Amino acid sequence: MRLDVLYFAWLRERIGLPREAVETEATTVRELVAELAARDDWHAAAFADMTAVRAAVDQVLTDLDAPLAGAREVAFFPPMTGG
Amino acid sequence: MSARVQSQPFDPAAELAGFGAGAGAVVTFTGLVRSEDGRLIALEIEHYPAMTERALADFGAAAAERFGLTDWRIVHRYGRIAVGEPIMMVATAARHRRAAFDAADYLMDWLKSRAPFWKREITADGPGDWVAAKADDEDALGRW
Repeated sequence: MRLDVLYFAWLRERIGLPREAVETEATTVRELVAELAARDDWHAAAFADMTAVRAAVDQVLTDLDAPLAGAREVAFFPPMTGG
Repeated sequence: MSARVQSQPFDPAAELAGFGAGAGAVVTFTGLVRSEDGRLIALEIEHYPAMTERALADFGAAAAERFGLTDWRIVHRYGRIAVGEPIMMVATAARHRRAAFDAADYLMDWLKSRAPFWKREITADGPGDWVAAKADDEDALGRW
């Protein structure tokens, strides 16, 4: 499955990319995080503390156990702070 | 009934022209960029374009249903916003004041903890830290 993975705020800075195309067999957001964190030190640093990371699947806020079947876009970001 | 995300400045007074016609009560809240005792010169707001306006529209629709609003408006800026400038506003219109006040409060709580915006402080030395989410903001959602 091919997914667009997006990063915002300090996750974007830590990883050094705003988005990347990922080929994955992950079935949940949590499995995707484990795959990404294993890639390199930058991804590992971004996902080191998952209590500080939120996720959205196809632009809907979700939790880490959300399924990825049929998903096209997954975004990771810190808790929102608004204006 | 509208939710808008934009980089350009907006005029809170102009946003209210014609807003809530026929309602008994209109409540508005405008957030301004604080200087934090002179430490900041601006804030930088990042958003998630594909998600943000949709999320705001969902919050507005939920508030309208829950509080019986006759009208609502959310405007939120992104990009660099100087100290003293309006950064966001909500307006609510209802038959009675309590619903209008409560709906505005409800929308603010959702905006602070569920709308995909992140802010970073800009000082005279350049971009500083990302502002951490406050536990209070998350807890505030529990009131609803």
